[in-house]
Amino acid sequence: MSDVVEKTLTALPSLLSLDSQPGSAKLSSTSKLGSLIRGITELTSKHEEEKLIQRELLSIKEQVASPNTTMRQMKELMVRTIYCEMLGYEASFSYIHAIKLAQQGSVLEKRVGYLAVSLFLNESHELLLLLVNTVLKDLQSTNLIEVCMALTVVSQMFPKDMIPAILPLVEEKLNHPKEIIRRKAVLALYKFYLIAPNQVQHIHNKFRKALCDKDPGVMTASLHIYLQMIQENPEGYKDLTGSFVTILKQVVGGKLPMDFNYHSVPAPWLQIQLLRILSLLGKNDPSTSEIMYEVLDESLRRAGMNHNITYAILYECVKCIYTIHPKSDLLEKAAKCIGNFVLSPKINLKYLGLKALTYVVQQDPKLALQHQMTIIECLDHPDLIIKRETLELLFRITNAQNVTVIVEKMLEFLRISKDDHNTIDLVGKVAELAEKYAPDNEWFIETMNTVFSIGGDVMQPDIPNSFLKLLSEGFDSVEEDRKLRLFAVNSYISLLQGEPGKLPQRFLQVISWVLGEYSYLKEDLESAAVLRLLAKLLDMKNSSSETKSWVFMAMTKLCEGTAGVSVAQEVSETYSSSMDTVLRQRAQELEHLSQDSELCAKVLPRGGDREHVEVDSSLSFLDGFVSEALAAGAAPYKPPHQRQEELAQAKVLSLEPYSLSLPISMSSCSITDRQSPTLLSMSSGLSGDSTDLSHKGGSTTLKLDGVKRVWGREGYLSQKEPVEESAQVEVPSPVRSPNQQEEGDSSHSQTPTVTPTLGCEQEKQQLASSLFLGLSTQSPVCLMGKSEPAPQRFRRKAKSLNTSEQISNSLISSPSAVDNLLCNNLLDSSITSEPDLSPPERTTELTTANGTCNTETALTDSGMKGSNPALNRDNSVDATDPPSHEDMDRPKNVCLMSHLPAELCGLAHSEITPLCTNQSLSLSACHVQKEDSLVLVVFINNCSDSDIQQTRIQVDSEDLEVSCVGDSPVEELRSLSVAVCQYSLTVKRPLVNVEVVGMISYQLPVVTTQELQFSYKLPLSSFIRPLMVSTEEYGTMWLAFSNDTKQNLTLISDEQEPLAATLNVLRKKLQLHIVEIIGMEGIVACSLLQDQPCLMHCRVHAGTLAVWLRSPTPDLPDCLIYHCQRALQCH
Amino acid sequence: MMRFLLLFSRQGKLRLQKWFTPMSDREKKKIIRDMTTMVLARQPRSCNFLHWKDLKIIYKRYASLYFCLAVENQENELLALEVIHRYVELLDKYFGNVCELDIIFNFEKAYFILDEFLMGGEIQETSKQIVNRSIEASDMLQEDDSSEWYEVELFG
Repeated sequence: MSDVVEKTLTALPSLLSLDSQPGSAKLSSTSKLGSLIRGITELTSKHEEEKLIQRELLSIKEQVASPNTTMRQMKELMVRTIYCEMLGYEASFSYIHAIKLAQQGSVLEKRVGYLAVSLFLNESHELLLLLVNTVLKDLQSTNLIEVCMALTVVSQMFPKDMIPAILPLVEEKLNHPKEIIRRKAVLALYKFYLIAPNQVQHIHNKFRKALCDKDPGVMTASLHIYLQMIQENPEGYKDLTGSFVTILKQVVGGKLPMDFNYHSVPAPWLQIQLLRILSLLGKNDPSTSEIMYEVLDESLRRAGMNHNITYAILYECVKCIYTIHPKSDLLEKAAKCIGNFVLSPKINLKYLGLKALTYVVQQDPKLALQHQMTIIECLDHPDLIIKRETLELLFRITNAQNVTVIVEKMLEFLRISKDDHNTIDLVGKVAELAEKYAPDNEWFIETMNTVFSIGGDVMQPDIPNSFLKLLSEGFDSVEEDRKLRLFAVNSYISLLQGEPGKLPQRFLQVISWVLGEYSYLKEDLESAAVLRLLAKLLDMKNSSSETKSWVFMAMTKLCEGTAGVSVAQEVSETYSSSMDTVLRQRAQELEHLSQDSELCAKVLPRGGDREHVEVDSSLSFLDGFVSEALAAGAAPYKPPHQRQEELAQAKVLSLEPYSLSLPISMSSCSITDRQSPTLLSMSSGLSGDSTDLSHKGGSTTLKLDGVKRVWGREGYLSQKEPVEESAQVEVPSPVRSPNQQEEGDSSHSQTPTVTPTLGCEQEKQQLASSLFLGLSTQSPVCLMGKSEPAPQRFRRKAKSLNTSEQISNSLISSPSAVDNLLCNNLLDSSITSEPDLSPPERTTELTTANGTCNTETALTDSGMKGSNPALNRDNSVDATDPPSHEDMDRPKNVCLMSHLPAELCGLAHSEITPLCTNQSLSLSACHVQKEDSLVLVVFINNCSDSDIQQTRIQVDSEDLEVSCVGDSPVEELRSLSVAVCQYSLTVKRPLVNVEVVGMISYQLPVVTTQELQFSYKLPLSSFIRPLMVSTEEYGTMWLAFSNDTKQNLTLISDEQEPLAATLNVLRKKLQLHIVEIIGMEGIVACSLLQDQPCLMHCRVHAGTLAVWLRSPTPDLPDCLIYHCQRALQCH
Repeated sequence: MMRFLLLFSRQGKLRLQKWFTPMSDREKKKIIRDMTTMVLARQPRSCNFLHWKDLKIIYKRYASLYFCLAVENQENELLALEVIHRYVELLDKYFGNVCELDIIFNFEKAYFILDEFLMGGEIQETSKQIVNRSIEASDMLQEDDSSEWYEVELFG
């Protein structure tokens, strides 16, 4: 059909000048519009056209204003006005006449009137008010055509506030006997739903009636509304799944009248609409998905014909299959379909294939591997759209191993793309990837340089901000920070020495800031030289005044030494009379600070750590204001949770269980984190995790802990091994570690030059192997739960070291040691090898010679000092925890273990730690976790060859209740024997770490009484026990507890389900009981031994875990939160 | 959902515009300019889909006329292409071998057909017969109309 049209159309333009041809018969030469159009086509210049149209409009204006003009003439005039407006000439004088025509004309004139109104008037145009009455009248007309026109205009342009006026009449039309009216009414209501959902709230049941309408057209129209409603709340419409499936079955089976066919495909629009609805309903819902498998299979099978429209259906089918709960044989078919698309010679299909791949690749990276050669070809496609889509796909499969190649491709594209929207989007993605996976400093800085040069002034402002923040906050290693900053300085100096005039303003600002802050790191660099370079920027014509102020700030930080000061003086002199007040201000500052180096050092401390800026978070400066307001009768401020509580107490009958009341209050008060999620905001919405999205709507989907994981990093975790996988020949390439990535380019160019064609082919394969690195299935790491094969290089420093932590740190060990060892990577390996079920245990270690033992420092130090955290469930050394370097104490410990009282065997216990020794005695201890208490077991080992008498041991603690268990302490200790004392410990008041001090006195045969002192420190977490409560119980308890603390914790975000993963770590390490996880929130309960409960509410917010703890025991929440932080940091 | 439909000639002259969401005149002008430059710059035989801001542009050329439809991001591109095609078929059926001139001289008819085919940015009626019947029904009312330039051959 289209061919015929095209042939005819190509022949026609020539007809314009040949009136005698039959084609122009309908264009009567006497028509005024006809002559106007003709007149325009004869003109040669835009200027002439303008003159002609103005003349035309003038004459129209005269005629419409004349009282003698009939409605029929008016209609003709309106058509001409529409034409003039379409050419871009304004004719606002005619608007009122268009409304008049719609009001007063006969049906046909009215139609033109409505058309003119809908083309002329904007939704917010005031004249629209005049239309309401006309529409009301027409809606009630007995003439069907008038009703149709009114409904059309209503759906086209009615503003929100005018809907109520006509809503009842439109609603009434849902019961109209004519299906065309019902259908238009449904579509009009759909439009209302889009602009003002609240106003059509009450007619939801009528939508259901429309869905069941006997006319398929009306039913189809109602699906638009349903798609929208289901998108907002899929839970509410699960019951309709069966109906939708039945409808789809009938459509696919060809049960609809022929009228609905499109190129002999039954109702494709309807099919696609239904597929979309089904995918929304089946998402994350196995039982609902189950219902649709059959019809999806049939849709796939029936859509076999080779026509665009069937491809459209297939594409939608594939998307649906990959969205709903997976079924393996459907997935296989869908994957095949995607393959057909990707391999198709038709460019539109290829595009859709790439899109589909992008959609599924996060779940099934293998699919990308299968098509890697096609993807490479698409990367070099002459059509930028295809190229762009390929990059989108690559963005999704980027990892630490292929990041350099992919980013290079993206930058390549950016250099040729001229489209701003594209640039903004892609530049953001490059910056995101660079920060996430940068293999080394040089690459990172160079990539960011390109980003800034290309992104220029169109990129999102949070890219430079986030970059500078990254530089200034630094990472975990001071040395790394220094190197990165130094590299940036070097790179910028050379850029400024080149042609700074070509750099975008934003980049210059970044450069000035970095030089101002960090150029001192480059030792061989005179600050005066930097100053001169910066001063050059001030002289450049195209520097904006914002850039100039950045430059001034940088210069102020840098001016020192006589040479520097003289440059500064010179510059400030020039600008202190600038017309720009900001610049003048900056110049003044520079002048004054350059003269007073002492003051300068105070105002702008070198390498100043931004974190030390004192912020009065208590807002004490507002005290006066507050007391004034209070005196004037204002109500005192109550924190949100308190308000919530009072509200709950005020209710006599609380019908809301915990799960309802709490999240509301949490969300209002949990924004304590100041770190903006910049990275999240700048990447496109597409990059979000699909599971996250499903939680956004505050859905009540219950995420149970033990739910089987269907999707892993590897895709669908079923046992089937696709045949293609084994057939897939991976191009052998040396697997490069991230550190070797910079060699990527050189190895790329080292392609052997055998024959040109072969070389080209090989080059592609090489590219493929570097692009798809890290995607192959041979990395079993992924399944083990360690999701990122390589650690993220630029891991932002954990910012919120709260005060309680800092205090306790200094109590335990020297702060520097803690700083260095915090988050020590060595720990990761030792702790992840922890067997799943073992309760939290801490290794203990002798740190000081005089016998003070500190379990807490030992935890952080253990990786460095070579002892292994022993996590023994029983007396033997745990086999899963092979010691890489055998501790000297180990054999002794093992034998001491055998002295552990029988009743304590099998309980979780810490490693045996030496307490103190002298030539005759050695004391060791461990603690064993019992249900209701903690037992301290002290082993007294007589290592001398004589017996010891009158042994007396005393154990005491300020923080703990200590009671001796079992027999009274031993009196006599034979040579080379071991005695065991047990003490039951309970907590008096919670502290982060508690300490037991003791003394042992004894008598050797020859010597008089000897004394030996010891102390044993243990973390509060050993007293924590899981508290098994239900959600309801939790709710009641929550409201009863008064001591609370809030804090943001690091989220373990490299897992599929960050919340569940984080809570699991806490469960394993601290024995917390996870009560329930609902969407992005979780509740956790524990108790300090038996009687002191502590509840924890966690919520994922802005990439961190906002936790809120409550307990009846003061200090317990604070202590617990410290241990949570520790547990997560060391994870 | 569809956002707008533009018809323009190879010279970039606008022939028909339909906006499904409210937009200011300035925005409309900018969009028309952007679309014509973007679409006219495309090489033949390249992909029929384009990105523009957060929208997808689906365009197709029929003889000297470009049809350019903007849809929201999650829409199916191939289906949008068929929307354009069906519209062309509807015009073809109504005018009988439609050409650009038909649309220039009888653009209001083209609008009426479009209003029967699409409504509120969604497909309303896909059947050629039914769309034609309703246009025909309205046209019948002007049988007695003697205006000479409205003499339209109804069905080929």
